[in-house]
Amino acid sequence: MDYYRFRVVKDRLAQFLVYLALFLALVPLFSILYEVVMRGFSAINIEFFIKPTPTVGEVGGGIANAIQGTLITIGLASLIGVPVGLMSGIFLSEYGESKLSTVIRFLQDVLSGIPSIVIGVFTYTLITRSIGFSVIAAAFALAVIMIPIVTRTTEEALKLVPMSVREAAIALGIPRWKTTITVVLSSAKKAIVTGILLSIARIAGESAPVLVSMGFWRWWFAGLNRPVANLALNVFIFAMSPFENWVTLAWGSALVLILLVLGISIVARVLTRGRY
Amino acid sequence: MKMLRKIFPSFFSLNVKSFLRLKNSLKGDYVFKLISTLFALSIFLILGLIVYELVKGSWLSIQTFGLNFIVGTTWDPAVSRVFGALPLILGTLVTSVIALLIGVPISLGVGLALSEYLPKKFGFAISFLVELLAAVPSVIYGLWGMYVLIPFLRNHIYPYLQAVFGFIPLFSGPIYGGGVLTGGIILAIMIIPTVSAIMRDLFLTVPNSQREAIIALGATKWETAKTIINYARSGVIGAIILGLGRAVGETMAITMVIGNRFHVWPSSLFDAWYTMAAIIANELLEATYDLYISALINVGLVLLFVTLVINILARLIVWRALRLTKGIARE
Repeated sequence: MDYYRFRVVKDRLAQFLVYLALFLALVPLFSILYEVVMRGFSAINIEFFIKPTPTVGEVGGGIANAIQGTLITIGLASLIGVPVGLMSGIFLSEYGESKLSTVIRFLQDVLSGIPSIVIGVFTYTLITRSIGFSVIAAAFALAVIMIPIVTRTTEEALKLVPMSVREAAIALGIPRWKTTITVVLSSAKKAIVTGILLSIARIAGESAPVLVSMGFWRWWFAGLNRPVANLALNVFIFAMSPFENWVTLAWGSALVLILLVLGISIVARVLTRGRY
Repeated sequence: MKMLRKIFPSFFSLNVKSFLRLKNSLKGDYVFKLISTLFALSIFLILGLIVYELVKGSWLSIQTFGLNFIVGTTWDPAVSRVFGALPLILGTLVTSVIALLIGVPISLGVGLALSEYLPKKFGFAISFLVELLAAVPSVIYGLWGMYVLIPFLRNHIYPYLQAVFGFIPLFSGPIYGGGVLTGGIILAIMIIPTVSAIMRDLFLTVPNSQREAIIALGATKWETAKTIINYARSGVIGAIILGLGRAVGETMAITMVIGNRFHVWPSSLFDAWYTMAAIIANELLEATYDLYISALINVGLVLLFVTLVINILARLIVWRALRLTKGIARE
């Protein structure tokens, strides 16, 4: 009976530890949300959304240029990243039961495991050194980060489309490629859009590759061969600066960023609900 | 070549019949397949370019320092222009190991809670929260680390830690707030969502027959959980290595809390240090001459190599583990 009691005590202890672990893992989430919302909210006013980065010593100022710059960078990155990822995903799902596709799948995983700072250094040597710190370089770096995410989610989305749907379309005499585009892609539309949204959420929060390939910029968009301001990078630069006004702006930018990123994640989650 | 022939048979056997077929109804098919294949093949180009560019960029540094770059302990861009990255490599590995020591037990607990302990409906909600945690950008962890975590640790945790364990050199010395331990803690917080999500998936693929068998023997919940962990152990190891890969490459958050001081070995866990990723983020834009830039790219090359080895190892283990457990589950 004694040994039994020992086992019960051990069981209770383990249960306590498991729930403690869960608690410890969730505390940072709530703390981050709480602090960012509370401190960020006090930084937000109308000026915050319509004015660019203030100069040192200037009071007020905002992040309008950073919002503009982030949108431009994400747009350009998606222009490269979405087609490449989408087509790679189509290849892996529709033509993908060969050794080649296993290798490609593995390499996609390898690429997604490369740290974003290394992607940044790669972009720095490949692009920044020849055409200078520019929004093109940053967009390229973010596109490289985007590709494996879009590829993976597209492949998974297409694989969920039942074979019978493809067979039905082909039986009607529709060519294979038309079947893929009009039937398969459109029935997996929601899941593919979700994947793209998630990849956008991911690159919107990337600051390390943006820092080394484009650098910090305090002004408005001034051409594709010049840098633009960036929300995530603003958080870093402002937070590390000794100026109180900039630190306040860092919290404000963090709030906008976290709303953007978590908002996209939640929308993506709702879009795919009932699918899994 | 053989592979290409398999994918595009008609390009290699251009008899009249297949040529006509290609010209007529199936032309679109081949074009579409060709395009998607080319896009899919671009991954070779990207990875090849990454390796090529980093080797090319660090060539000057490799030529100048050779292997001394990896074992050297000086980083002096101002005067002697000698660069050695050993302290950075150590800093990266030590903070990552601290992250694993803190993060892995917690992730294991979260994985078990989500797959074994919590009721299913509740588990889904918590899974969602854990996934949100994974979506929070690194730089926001850094901001939170600087302004919330550091003051908290400095005022409420470290003094007590020092009071109790102060006789061990690891816990002696001045407390700044930021430093090696803080870096490890922020990394732990950042890898927990990823690692625990993989662990949950692994535990969920363990077939129910395993649970039923051990419960039928009269096992407690914890003994059942231990069986589950043991059953999925190779996958668990893979998940841990994957977490290590993530911690090693983490940049912004650790740059903001580790203190960024270059020295061979910190005097205690509270001392400032440096990592490979942090020095690139801090110095690449300020590097003024070719050798300095080349040395920083060389750091990037070392970092790439380390993460490639870690990730490939982890992927192979996780792939194999997931396939094994799934294969058995199907039987």
